[in-house]
Amino acid sequence: MTTAILNERRQQVHRTGQGPMDLACNRDSLAGAVSQRACVFCGSRVVLYPIADALHLVHGPIGCAAYTWDIRGALSSGPELHRLSFSTDLQERDVIFGGEKKLTAALNELIDRHQPKAAFVYSTCIVGIIGDDLKAVCRAMSEKKGIPVLPVQSEGFKGNKRSGYLAACQAMFQLIGTGDVTGIPATSVNLFGDFNLAGEIWIIREYLKRMGVAVVANITGDGRVDDIRRCHGAALNLVQCSGATMDLAKMMQESHGVPFIRVSYLGIEDMADSLYRVAEFFKDCDPKIMDRTRELVRDELNKLLPELAMLRRDLEGKKAAIYVGGAFKAFSLIKALRHLGMQVVLVGSQTGTKEDYEELATITDPGTIIVDDSNPLELSAFLKEQAVDIFVGGVKERPIAYKLGMGFCDHNHERKIALEGFIGMAHFAREVHRSVMSPVWLFTSRKITASTRPIIKEAVA
Amino acid sequence: MMISKQTYASTTNACKLCKPLGATMAFKGIEGCVPFLHGSQGCATYMRRYIISHFREPMDIASSSLGEKEAVYGGGANLKKGILNVMKKYEPSVVGVATTCLTEIIGDDAPRLVKEFQSEFSDLDLPRIVTVSTPSFGGTHMEGFNATVKAVVDQLTEATEAHPTVNLLPGFVSPEDLRHLKEIVQGFDLPLTMLPDYSETLDGPSLEEYQKIPDGGTSLAQIQAMAGAPATIEFGRTLDPKTSAGGLLEARHGIPLYSLGLPLGIRETDALFRVLEKFSRRPTPRRFELERGRLVDAYVDGHKYIFGKKAVVYGEEDLVVGLTAFLAEIGVKPVLVASGGNSGRMAEAIKTVCSPMLPELPLVREGVDFFEIAELAKGLKPDLALGNSKGYRVLAKELDIPLIRVGFPIHDRFGAQRVLHLGYRGAQGLFDAVVNAVLQKTQDDSDIGYGYF
Repeated sequence: MTTAILNERRQQVHRTGQGPMDLACNRDSLAGAVSQRACVFCGSRVVLYPIADALHLVHGPIGCAAYTWDIRGALSSGPELHRLSFSTDLQERDVIFGGEKKLTAALNELIDRHQPKAAFVYSTCIVGIIGDDLKAVCRAMSEKKGIPVLPVQSEGFKGNKRSGYLAACQAMFQLIGTGDVTGIPATSVNLFGDFNLAGEIWIIREYLKRMGVAVVANITGDGRVDDIRRCHGAALNLVQCSGATMDLAKMMQESHGVPFIRVSYLGIEDMADSLYRVAEFFKDCDPKIMDRTRELVRDELNKLLPELAMLRRDLEGKKAAIYVGGAFKAFSLIKALRHLGMQVVLVGSQTGTKEDYEELATITDPGTIIVDDSNPLELSAFLKEQAVDIFVGGVKERPIAYKLGMGFCDHNHERKIALEGFIGMAHFAREVHRSVMSPVWLFTSRKITASTRPIIKEAVA
Repeated sequence: MMISKQTYASTTNACKLCKPLGATMAFKGIEGCVPFLHGSQGCATYMRRYIISHFREPMDIASSSLGEKEAVYGGGANLKKGILNVMKKYEPSVVGVATTCLTEIIGDDAPRLVKEFQSEFSDLDLPRIVTVSTPSFGGTHMEGFNATVKAVVDQLTEATEAHPTVNLLPGFVSPEDLRHLKEIVQGFDLPLTMLPDYSETLDGPSLEEYQKIPDGGTSLAQIQAMAGAPATIEFGRTLDPKTSAGGLLEARHGIPLYSLGLPLGIRETDALFRVLEKFSRRPTPRRFELERGRLVDAYVDGHKYIFGKKAVVYGEEDLVVGLTAFLAEIGVKPVLVASGGNSGRMAEAIKTVCSPMLPELPLVREGVDFFEIAELAKGLKPDLALGNSKGYRVLAKELDIPLIRVGFPIHDRFGAQRVLHLGYRGAQGLFDAVVNAVLQKTQDDSDIGYGYF
């Protein structure tokens, strides 16, 4: 087991209950370690991608745009410009002579063709080195076309995914405060850090509607430029997804005085708690809101709990591992898995903070492995050591689990099944159940058990 | 027929991927090899995700993870440290280092850095390190793939005594294709070195232990001995034999090169079998004759369902040339043949494989994106499309025509690694798929509810 961890990475692994918790995190990935992380550009692209009526132009070589073409399940109720992949596809001559001319021509062409409400221009590694003046090109194009053309300073090598989140927030911040806020009711919020994967933000918006809370802007799932421009008119920001949009929430608090609370829509407790906190915030201007919220939670739980109880019978005592992008999601997942009677034995994230990991250490059982910025070899060693029944993670984690003959639950940005809200908890439970209880594990070599032997014995008898 | 002027300044929905991706695929087909990208972390992660979604297998790609400091002062230290870390954790016999945009632009000289590394750590048991230059501001994943095969041959083969093992350079095909090619060559009792061979590394069995590097791949010893082969067979009509890996083996070691098209459809497969008969001095084994016979029989049984149907074909240049050869011989009319690749050789290759089957040559477009492909296709009113899954939403769904998924990537169907394109057997599968796609479309579009066709 120990051979799977490189010495330099030892401080990024912790076991709950063993020694003081002092996880080193937010470090740059170790060269040669096959990190599951991506780059600055990826961070920006993830956050801004769901803004559906904006043009997203990747200024760089073709790969950066090609690998991020329509890969995320961020749905739109209207325009779907975000689902196309635009690139300047820089060639050698552009690298030598500069890419500004090509960028200008591409913006000109694409804005005319698609008439977007705004354009985001993503910088990539190449652009950071050849020194194109993105800001100047964007400024000129903005004046020419009469729409915001915003540079996103997302050169891949200038930090990690978190720096990309910040660059995305800075780009969006330029929009905020430029729209008309008349007509926004007092009980109104913006939804930060929800990307409307599989229509999740629609579930949350429906809950808020039943509570009597208006949503001004989705940031960014099913997002619209004009909504973002006026979102400073909302009374409160609800921030999900720890890394991605927290910077923007802080900027808005400072500049526009809009307070924020951190929420999570995953799992029963966190979902209910998030709604109650919204109700708590608005109870002075809407005294009935708490009653409506209680009623909502009660209704939803009445629908949900019988099914969960049924699934729990099968899942009780099974072991689960979690490896996700942001650590905040991991908290909710731990609680959700416990609801199913499952034991979490490994939890890790690509971009968790020190505080995140400290909190994980306090809420997990003794012996649980906590890891920052892990890699396939480490993860496979941990999974085997802990004899995990299901691994909850993203695309890159899936084959690790499957190769080892373990169940897997996709909890990534490609998902097609909504996992947020009370209904999402049901989906999550079914998804976990579907994988853990499948008979196929009886054939994988790690678990060839008594159950396949009787048939074989009978056949050769 | 061929228009190659750049129509648009921008690229929308690229019909190509970047060079380093091709490099990692080729490296993945070498036994004990870890692909290593010298660049920023994102490249490796993006490509891993993209490749994993197709093969449904682990695809570990190491990265030198350059940060801002290294981008300014050079990435040499990270490259060396990265290789050391890969050695510690993976114990590879080969490390395949491909450069990226970033490291090419900052001027890192990977071969020199690797030489330094080898002398600095000469006391260690070092893996063989192959370097290939793959900046993606130009070319596609196929240039990366081909450049890597060539780099491997260039840097690892050694002059050796003549032996009977034939070299086969199959190009970027599926694991099932690779397995079938081995089966075909073995059918002639010919010993074979196929480079690369990711038939096991990217389509392996379920295992009890997680393998650091999956079993399989062309071994170092096999690669070293390629210089003593009686012949090299290299697939790909758009490859220039003067600059290809096969060309290098011919120029440097005098090994006769047989440049063939991808054996897709009867005629291109016949060409491969004739070459194998010549080498082995044996007739084609009966089972392959039978496969060919059944295929011809199927062509006859199904010909009326598909005659005159119009098809759009897109993807890697060599693949689309092969698919066009196949379509031309079954009576389907390719109306648009398109690729993001820009070899300048595709139009000529299409002309060759279409004659004398097609009275009218298809529109051939190199260096195009899906925006242009869809734009052109709309006017041509095609009945079906053949290509990877990236053309689903923007082309096939848009035009309401069936898409037969071939090549890479197939992200929206199951079993991509087992799609067989090559040989008579591959053509049989493709033919059935084309006929059934047409039948299903007819059935779905009709209110009658036909129960037989």
